[in-house]
Amino acid sequence: MTLAPYRRPYWNTQPEYLFPKYASTVKRAPSQPLIALPHTLSEVTAPVFGHDEVKPGDADLTRQHKGEPQGERIVVSGRVLDENSRPVPNILVEIWQANAGGRYNHRVDQHDAPIDPNFTGAGRFLTDKDGHYRFMTIRPGEYPWRNHHNAWRPAHIHFSLFGQGLMQRLITQMYFPGDPLLDYDPMFTCVADEKARNRLVSTFDWETTLPEYALGYRWDIVLRGREETPREKRR
Amino acid sequence: MSLRASTSQTIGPYLRIGLEWMQIEDLAPKGVAGERVSIRGRVFDADGKPVNDAAVELWQANSHGRYAHPDDKQDKPVEATFRGYGRSLSDDNGAFRFNTIKPGRVPGPGGKLQAPHLSITIFMRGLLKQLQTRMYFPDDAANAEDPVLALVPAERRSTLIARRSGDTLEWSIVLQGDNETVFFDF
Repeated sequence: MTLAPYRRPYWNTQPEYLFPKYASTVKRAPSQPLIALPHTLSEVTAPVFGHDEVKPGDADLTRQHKGEPQGERIVVSGRVLDENSRPVPNILVEIWQANAGGRYNHRVDQHDAPIDPNFTGAGRFLTDKDGHYRFMTIRPGEYPWRNHHNAWRPAHIHFSLFGQGLMQRLITQMYFPGDPLLDYDPMFTCVADEKARNRLVSTFDWETTLPEYALGYRWDIVLRGREETPREKRR
Repeated sequence: MSLRASTSQTIGPYLRIGLEWMQIEDLAPKGVAGERVSIRGRVFDADGKPVNDAAVELWQANSHGRYAHPDDKQDKPVEATFRGYGRSLSDDNGAFRFNTIKPGRVPGPGGKLQAPHLSITIFMRGLLKQLQTRMYFPDDAANAEDPVLALVPAERRSTLIARRSGDTLEWSIVLQGDNETVFFDF
């Protein structure tokens, strides 16, 4: 049994471990050479999740408590594709985020913006057969952090995606268009390829906007694709 | 059409909000075949300080050496109650744990069998992309012929092999410095 390996990342589109502008990398980045890992059966398979674990209501972050959360309701939707433009169906997408005031519901977050008792900030979705996902949530606020003087994170939503193979596993962040903090953010600017960065920014989407209810933002996510042999291409 | 994979970003310090609902430290319910193993470890940074905000994920085959995945077409038994996925979020001591079964051998490059191993993926604040490594089992003769361990310089291989301590297997992850764990370019 031979399964094609995943393609190597394109130059300058994935971050390095050591990136001193993001101070926490300094003590946590490996210093020894990495060993090239062949993609064996262990690397091209991955856990499979189902609807017994992920319920339709898990995708609506505005209906997890008694009342409505504070802030602006938004619909965040898009497609998960691989580098060969194929949709990635039936994979688990997990998201988490700050509330509208830029505060996380987490003991480590000491920012003095208020906790919203009606907002936890966690959601889950299994992509459909065409790789689509959709969340209803609140636009997260920007917030300060202590990386450097006067440091602020642009508004973002954390995304965790499983793929069909372990090598597709991806954790990333979705940003919002026109956010003036993006250019000051060491995380957003961690790769040299400007096009790659800009693919982390969602676009306003009139079609998924719900009249008199919620603005729509669209964001497609691309997971690694398998190398294709000439024979597979002809098929 | 060719696309380029989305850029990885750090999991950040607030991972528990999104990931704690599915913390899976006990992978093998009663009835799953195989030798039971209890794995205990800690994550340390360059200063030897415990990392209290890591997500450690595990992916493994069952005791027959088969993955619960449609692309594994080997003629070996599948067990409906064993998925082979674990997720442990480190505590204030940097500690993570898994109770599972020792996997069987799965094919590697050129069809040569690999030694039993766990694929380990690590996320944390301060990592802009995950670290990928493996844990192997102590005193397993197959380690000597494992095609992936063979790629690792001999003096560093021990960082990938757990140590037996009473009834548990101890395996810690050192991010940087003396005894730095071997991480893979994946």
